[in-house]
Amino acid sequence: MKIGIVCPYSWDVPGGVQFHIRDLAEHLIRLGHEVSVLAPADDETPLPPYVVSAGRAVPVPYNGSVARLNFGFLSAARVRRWLHDGTFDVIHIHEPASPSLGLLSCWAAQGPIVATFHTSNPRSRAMIAAYPILQPALEKISARIAVSEYARRTLVEHLGGDAVVIPNGVDVDFFAKAEPKKEWQGQTLGFIGRIDEPRKGLPVLMKALPKILAERPDTRLLVAGRGDEEEAVASLPAEMRSRVEFLGMVSDEDKARLLRSVDVYVAPNTGGESFGIILVEALSAGAAVLASDLDAFAQVLDQGAAGDLFANEDADALASAAVRLLADPARRAGLGERGSAHVRRFDWATVGADILAVYETVTHGAAAVAADERTGFRARFGLARD
Amino acid sequence: MTVTLIWIVVALVAIGLYLSWTAGRLDRLHARIDAARAALDAQLLRRASVTQELATSGVLDPAASIVLYEAAHAARQAEEEHREVAESELSQALRAVFGEPTQVDSVREAPGGVEAAEELAQAVRRVPMARRFHNDAVRAARALRRHRTVRWLRLAGHAPFPLAFEMDDEPPTALADRPGT
Repeated sequence: MKIGIVCPYSWDVPGGVQFHIRDLAEHLIRLGHEVSVLAPADDETPLPPYVVSAGRAVPVPYNGSVARLNFGFLSAARVRRWLHDGTFDVIHIHEPASPSLGLLSCWAAQGPIVATFHTSNPRSRAMIAAYPILQPALEKISARIAVSEYARRTLVEHLGGDAVVIPNGVDVDFFAKAEPKKEWQGQTLGFIGRIDEPRKGLPVLMKALPKILAERPDTRLLVAGRGDEEEAVASLPAEMRSRVEFLGMVSDEDKARLLRSVDVYVAPNTGGESFGIILVEALSAGAAVLASDLDAFAQVLDQGAAGDLFANEDADALASAAVRLLADPARRAGLGERGSAHVRRFDWATVGADILAVYETVTHGAAAVAADERTGFRARFGLARD
Repeated sequence: MTVTLIWIVVALVAIGLYLSWTAGRLDRLHARIDAARAALDAQLLRRASVTQELATSGVLDPAASIVLYEAAHAARQAEEEHREVAESELSQALRAVFGEPTQVDSVREAPGGVEAAEELAQAVRRVPMARRFHNDAVRAARALRRHRTVRWLRLAGHAPFPLAFEMDDEPPTALADRPGT
């Protein structure tokens, strides 16, 4: 099958959506499909052979932060050329509602279009204003995929219609077979994520840490991720700061080894998560997981059967749950075992098969993807050049 | 005078373009419904034939075989207006027979059973998918057809008002164990 995938965010900036697209493309190529990914990227960045650059993304303030987006004539022309040259059987657009390549491709294409909605943003003012513009583009999508039941609910509430739920994929064996590292073992808690982003919840964990250390003084906290380390430990009493170890940015291999080594992986995220891929990675590595009870996390953890949940932003609840887990090796082993069985459904073998099933369902009896001539103003008068 | 005339012409052209664009949108939505409906039909037929194959293969016990055969046969032969009911009954029969993981295991143990179980698992997973895509297309077309412009100017032409396909498509848990789909 010839598959075109549209990535809305810069290929050179690491992020969940980008990694998901990279893994999906590589999985599909391994299965013998022809895959081309259209992504914003600087022209100098080295790209894997299956990625086509859609030009540099422009930083624009959008939705409360600076987003790097693609728009304008040049990007639109590149999208059209890619669609025209690719002769795809199906195109798979990620984040079609973000004002970037996703929306542009939706406008420019006709034929079987599959779209994945990753975020579960509450309805923004901009979205309401843009609704009449978005709707004609979004109604071209033949199949919608949401990454979690939570993301599906937001999608249904905001845009109407329905979607199938296919979770993000993880290479389970990569994590399950990683070698644990000696110095990261023994009464350790793990945290991976941006240190300076409060949404990731490190401040909640820091608030809970004195209580955990009071009960179990041997505990160490290993933190992997970018950000200001001084500022992160500022709230801790000076004598406890040595119990926190910062590892900085870690490679994929070290991340897997870290997850294999720690006794408890803590995910104290306070909101804005639509899936929680890191939990799946931690479960794959066999770590006992302790996470805040966000909707998305509760679903990944099978409502608490595959990992412990604590009340969101409640440092006391986090501390007592962590102490309980650290003191009970049998419970940790049980969670790890149930978790390893549970995450098989997030393995690329399963997720990839589901995504292919969607492709096959929408391409059944449909023509191939083509550039949509109807949207071209000049095309209406027969003036378009090919 | 000429200025007014020019403005009227511009306005008329703009309205014309808008109407032709809306008609195009509607046409595309109807095409999408047709494609989705064809895909749904294909998946339903596939599910019924795999079920029938299993029922006549002698892998299952006679009672289960008869239940599945009856349901699959009824689903394939159903008239359009009874189709939703017949397909729902097939779903219920499949759930009744494959509710237990041991039943699925016994199918897998038979010669060629692994492939048969896999085929059935795929079929019961794809029916809800295809149905969701179909009903999503129906919803989008209905939203546009309720629009005043579309109703008053009859932009939809003689195309019938699209109907959703409602059925019980819950797959048997032992066959399709995935979260929240």
